[in-house]
Amino acid sequence: MFSDFVDELSKMLTRDQILTAKSELIPYESDGLTAFKALPRAVVLPEQQSEVVDIVQLCHRYSVPFVARGSGTSLSGGSLPNTDGIVIGLNRLNRILSLDIEQRIAVVESGVINKNVSDAARSYGLYYAPDPSSQGVCTIGGNVAFNSGGAHCLKYGMTSNHVMGIKAVLPDGNLVELGGSSLENVGPDLVGLFVGSEGLLGIALEITLRLLPIPEAYRTVLAAYPSMELAGDAVAAIVASGLLPGAMEIMDNLTVRAVEEFVNGGYPIDAGAVLIVELEGESSAVEEEFVNLQEIVSKSGAYNVRSARNEIERSLIWKGRKGAFGALGKISPAYIVQDGVVPRNQLGAALAEIDSLSQEYGVRVANVFHAGDGNLHPNVLFDNKEDGMLEKAEAVASEIVKMCVRRGGAITGEHGVGMEKRHLMTDMFSDQDINQMLKLTNEFDPKGIANAGKMFPVDRLPGI
Amino acid sequence: MLEPKSVSEVQEAVNTASTPMLIRGGGTKTALSTSSANGTVIDLSNLSGILEYRPEEFIFTALSGTSLKDITEMLVENGQWLPFDPPMANIGSTIGGTLATGLSGPGCYRFGGARDFVLGLEWVSGAGEIISGGAKVVKNVAGFDFPKLMIGSLGRFGIISEITLKVFPNMNSFGTVEWDCGDIDDAVDFVKEMTRTPIDLFALDLESNGIVRARLGGLSTTLNNRLERLSEYRDGAKIILGDVELDLWEHIREFLWLPDDYSLIKVPIMPNLIPQLDKCLTNSKSHRKYSVGGNVAWIGWSGTTQEIDTILSGLGLGGLLIIGSPETPWLGTSSTISIFADKVKSAFDPEGRFLPL
Repeated sequence: MFSDFVDELSKMLTRDQILTAKSELIPYESDGLTAFKALPRAVVLPEQQSEVVDIVQLCHRYSVPFVARGSGTSLSGGSLPNTDGIVIGLNRLNRILSLDIEQRIAVVESGVINKNVSDAARSYGLYYAPDPSSQGVCTIGGNVAFNSGGAHCLKYGMTSNHVMGIKAVLPDGNLVELGGSSLENVGPDLVGLFVGSEGLLGIALEITLRLLPIPEAYRTVLAAYPSMELAGDAVAAIVASGLLPGAMEIMDNLTVRAVEEFVNGGYPIDAGAVLIVELEGESSAVEEEFVNLQEIVSKSGAYNVRSARNEIERSLIWKGRKGAFGALGKISPAYIVQDGVVPRNQLGAALAEIDSLSQEYGVRVANVFHAGDGNLHPNVLFDNKEDGMLEKAEAVASEIVKMCVRRGGAITGEHGVGMEKRHLMTDMFSDQDINQMLKLTNEFDPKGIANAGKMFPVDRLPGI
Repeated sequence: MLEPKSVSEVQEAVNTASTPMLIRGGGTKTALSTSSANGTVIDLSNLSGILEYRPEEFIFTALSGTSLKDITEMLVENGQWLPFDPPMANIGSTIGGTLATGLSGPGCYRFGGARDFVLGLEWVSGAGEIISGGAKVVKNVAGFDFPKLMIGSLGRFGIISEITLKVFPNMNSFGTVEWDCGDIDDAVDFVKEMTRTPIDLFALDLESNGIVRARLGGLSTTLNNRLERLSEYRDGAKIILGDVELDLWEHIREFLWLPDDYSLIKVPIMPNLIPQLDKCLTNSKSHRKYSVGGNVAWIGWSGTTQEIDTILSGLGLGGLLIIGSPETPWLGTSSTISIFADKVKSAFDPEGRFLPL
């Protein structure tokens, strides 16, 4: 049966577009969440949108599960393959189809790398705002599937707030066009539903993005605090003052030390916590806000405050922050990144609870997070070669997420549910809520072949 | 007409209704809130009240029949507001009606529309169940984004009962620069130039007669300098401040320019298509305002629905009839139901308890 399927694939694709040898499949067995591994039966690499449609139609006909994959940077196991299915790698669908500078729109294929959109628009004074830490490699299609965030979504919103139109192939092979090019819409927000649907409703082929004028000025401040609590209080004070920074990020001591070793950016390695605040926008407004910000920070208990004097210093600060996950990889053989969200006034208490969980389980946790919107990123560090450590780390990670929900928050702020948090959905949603999600999935994918196994708890999974 | 006062009464109403339900908030959008046939009207204007407000978190939760006016008053006391500038607040629109219609005002140019501010929703399904989506925090991607789906859904998928929105700190002052570009073609070209300015415009509107208005909001200490800088973009700039400025935008946002007995139609558009649309409408009895940097046309229309439907279809545009006679609200290309929308409808309303899409 599967060989018939592969035979048909061979008729529509060239040999180098179909990988079936184990050695070729291994690079696809995991994504950014390396704790999970599964070898697909084949990987296909379409180069045209029409090929993706043909492949999905074939999968539908043969009831073969498929997982769409961009660069595989998902931190929730969102592109983990099915062992009885195929992976559709979309990296070759990497054309920027149009750049309408006058109307500030880019139309891109789903395999286009996030940062390439901004690079293409930069000389026209425009950029694409969502900036996940992996923006140098992750694809727009993946960003759409998981409604990716980034440090600057505090002011500008997530991927969903920047997508106006989507052309997609549904799990039954139908081709649809949702939304359009306008910032405005009438009728149900179908684009809003598709973004963040984790590949369960189909594969985006072409995406219409909104571009923004590059901010004229930045003021990036790095403040060192003796404790996480003081840094958290500073964030609350900044939010309460009415300032709307582009980004507000906190890193704890463990992370700062790892980052400094990695980037050599002059990060204060003795700090209990480092807070990064970036103001951005029009020069005169930013300067005025900067005066207010300095006043708040000076009263917030920071023992060392510095502002980036130029673009090089600013880049260095961000290189450290965005390289944090990579840096942690150097101090621990493996780690699980969580991304629960808590109301901002719960930050201090949530961090204290993470600390006690870390001590209770004897597992190190490094915190780096989007403080401005309460989106935690506790990195649970462990040695995957040591027996039982993965289970221990998973237990701590789950406890942290449950704690976020208990405090009135959410299980994931920007990484998605994927494989990793599917068992936690029932902590956040009622049976009725999940039933409604399942009814929708079933309507779009009655055979349960599109990114099967993700988002829903195992006992609620729609099966083939 | 059923008038539930609580969410459990909404559930009862759903169980009672024997014909497809039409949901009504403040009744300000006449084309959408009046039953044309034998449908059951569920009036939510009594389902009102703020359930939770945490100013320090910039979040509130309200029942869907709460008026925009009450919400605005509550927020102003804490120096906060809804930056998507919801329209028709003065005449009694509710937050639920605003979201279900997907309406935002000129200010959505800067920070996004209603869809960008909704964090969580609760609704009553056609089976009478309470279902929720989203969360009461400013960032969340768990599960499908049902709150966004409900924006603009006109109550076709369920009855929105509870809404959680994020809010922003109030702009402390406003000012507007106005230019007369002479005609619509020149005005559109100028608007396209202005959309790329590094100056943070709060709103950017234009009119058929070539008037372009760019609005700034922010700290009062820098506002004058920013307005001066903005006015240098083109000769003939006029700076408008104070109450006159506030009234000007209220006039636009509240559709005070719409003559009695005219219909109101919302048409999403792109700047490049505006001259073409405007020319098609020049000889008709209509008023046109273009907002959100040329991304939406508001048409005041005195002809028949059929006539405007034909014009929009001819240009490949879709529209929504907001004020007018309760016929089908979808105009032009919007009247075509996609396979995608159809599947969503089947998943949310399999028994057709609400009006068809």
